[in-house]
Amino acid sequence: MANKIHNILIVGVGGQGVLLASEIISDVAMRSGMDVKKSEVHGMSQRGGVVTSHVRIGKKVYSPLIQEGETDFLMAFEQAEGLRAINWMRKDGIAIISRSSLVPAIVTSSKEFTYPDDAVAKIKKKLAKVIAVDADKIAAELGNPRLVNTILIGVLSNYLPFDPNLWVETIKSLVKPKLVDLNLTALERGRNISYETIHT
Amino acid sequence: MKELLSGNEAVARGAVEAGVKVAVAYPGTPSTEILETIAQRHRSIYAQWSPNEKVAFEVGIGASLGGGRALVTMKHVGLNVAADPLMTFAYTGVNAGFVLVNADDPEMHSSQNEQDNRIFARFAGIPFFEPADSQESKDMLLAGYEVSERFDTPVMLRMTTRVSHTKAIVELGEPVSVPERKFVKDPAKYVMVPANAKVRHQVLSQRLMDLQKFSEATEWNRVESNGSPVGIIAGGVAYQHAKEIAPDFDYFKIGFGYPLPIERIRKFVAAHNIVLVVEELEPFYEEQLKIAGIHVEGKKYFGNLGELNPTRVAQGLYDAGLIKSVVRPGIEAEKLFPRPPVLCPGCPHRGAFMALRKLGVAVTGDIGCYTLGMLKPLDALDTCICMGASIGAAIGIEKVNGSAKGTVAVIGDSTFFHSGITGLLDAVYNQSNVTVMILDNGATAMTGGQEHPGTGHTLMGAPATRTDIETLVKALGVKNCRSVDPYDYEATLKAIEEETKNPGPSVIVTHRPCVLMPKRIMDEPFVVDLELCNACSACFRISCPAIAASPETNERGHPKAVIDETTCTGCMLCAQICPTEAIVLKSKFVAA
Repeated sequence: MANKIHNILIVGVGGQGVLLASEIISDVAMRSGMDVKKSEVHGMSQRGGVVTSHVRIGKKVYSPLIQEGETDFLMAFEQAEGLRAINWMRKDGIAIISRSSLVPAIVTSSKEFTYPDDAVAKIKKKLAKVIAVDADKIAAELGNPRLVNTILIGVLSNYLPFDPNLWVETIKSLVKPKLVDLNLTALERGRNISYETIHT
Repeated sequence: MKELLSGNEAVARGAVEAGVKVAVAYPGTPSTEILETIAQRHRSIYAQWSPNEKVAFEVGIGASLGGGRALVTMKHVGLNVAADPLMTFAYTGVNAGFVLVNADDPEMHSSQNEQDNRIFARFAGIPFFEPADSQESKDMLLAGYEVSERFDTPVMLRMTTRVSHTKAIVELGEPVSVPERKFVKDPAKYVMVPANAKVRHQVLSQRLMDLQKFSEATEWNRVESNGSPVGIIAGGVAYQHAKEIAPDFDYFKIGFGYPLPIERIRKFVAAHNIVLVVEELEPFYEEQLKIAGIHVEGKKYFGNLGELNPTRVAQGLYDAGLIKSVVRPGIEAEKLFPRPPVLCPGCPHRGAFMALRKLGVAVTGDIGCYTLGMLKPLDALDTCICMGASIGAAIGIEKVNGSAKGTVAVIGDSTFFHSGITGLLDAVYNQSNVTVMILDNGATAMTGGQEHPGTGHTLMGAPATRTDIETLVKALGVKNCRSVDPYDYEATLKAIEEETKNPGPSVIVTHRPCVLMPKRIMDEPFVVDLELCNACSACFRISCPAIAASPETNERGHPKAVIDETTCTGCMLCAQICPTEAIVLKSKFVAA
């Protein structure tokens, strides 16, 4: 295709590290010589609200926003947020979902709303290719809950046409020096997870 | 050299390349990062936060007249505050270049309205550039200074959220050399008494005609020909959405948006079978073209509310019969609980809102994190209009005896300095029985914790004279002024109860730093003793993100509470309202 665009939608809750994740992916795209745009909204969203980042990569990217229904890759830091974004997916898209749940006060304090206890199962009903990752558990094993970010990026990196070394280089340049080694380990853990590894 | 920069970061880079001497602003989403980036990365430029946009604009005027290129940045509603100097500065014109970066917020991602400030540029009679990406944000800032100095006019760079907050690849440039200028006394040009202003209004009129010719000639307005019978007129991010959907149409890309290149557009339209204007918010271009007798359509297909996106543009083009299909999502949306932004765990504002809700007073609100006090389950705010409006609105409610239980205005420290002081002065002068709560958290918190006159530091990190809120309040003539610890629920409740009964204006100041700045309030978190917890849900209703439902339930199936130890800051508020004393410090908790 002349101008194949990779549409990546990253979703989560304010404070989970959505923006750093999209920064890393965009930086890798730029290093590989592609055009890239990433768009998100700051301000209100940082206070525990939904955070969404659109990353679009291709030879030439115009709009910074993905069209609803055109997302190739969904990366969700929280499973209910993954489910919330499901209509943005192409039917043949791949969803990478962290099996973590953050139940907001608006649910716990009222009978009006409920939190879906089977978000991953619901996503699987709607989408063929779902990679549910116990990212919290892996991050805890590695000793730092903030590594969820890099683990999910590792999974995604299996599906993007970039030199694996570029991911390493970018993490080295964007992550605090004392956390680089830990993040590279997390990246590797993520790289070992793919739809194929968990479904064969 | 290429870098991945947001539109805001690109403007900051552009300021260095343009030889800007002074950059001034009051923080406001989506414009805030411009000055932050300058202060962090480009320290050759003097950058400062001013108490509000009007002062910032006036400092910029002074810098320009003094001979240094000036950059003033603000969000769209900030320009309402700075409208007064803008309207007359358009008459006087500049000495060194002056660019106002104005960031609109279509869709109101973080604003109280979505006004289209291109209209402001036309209202004032100043030209504007409308960048469509980060590269143009940088390059048009440089072009803005050239136009400003060549035509002796302030210039607006009109950004929107999707340009300010989209990162894209930018080719960096070298700093240009800027001719030295000095302050020159020229009262006929700068002293706007009626006699001089009448002359300057004529100058402004002539200048707009000259700028019209510039607009017809400049490459910032360009035709992109693909040999299509369909033409699109667009600027800003709307251009990108349209190119995404219909790359093969012909385009008239507007970069210099006022005055419009009417004659070039007339030719463009005449050469096409059909031409649509794709623009966000108001029909700003469309109306001017229609007035000029040029046959275009636009809002009929794209609407004037909220922000555009590729799907909306595709739908409009489809409705106009110009494209054959629109991408429809193949997967249906799932209906889920909402997840609105909330006050952080340990946020000092929470105690104030818990008390206000309990007392049932009328609460006029203001602009800041504390606006989140309106959301359920806190549900404790009755109005939010604009910066500083809480105090004036409270005075008005009280003058008509609108609230039997009293009226309390709630305003943050930065907003109080921005435009609350005059409101409080009114309360003193007109002997209003309002109570004003100044929630001092030592930062302009909503926009990311910026410094202000009460913090003791400047934007560039230098120590500054700290304005003491209580001293200021007393100097205004307020007799009843006290402070209370918002983490002490009973004391906060009592303070509000007493002050709403006191005649005359009262002020209650709460001093607790924003929890995003220090790490914790107590050294250890609180935990829930599940033996004691009876699932009454009182702690759920204070809307703290650190408190969640436990899998354990009471005999009626209601969930007990659990506290997330990593995010609990130890603010103690939940422990104070727990009727069964089930919430205790972790070290005090003895498991049964």
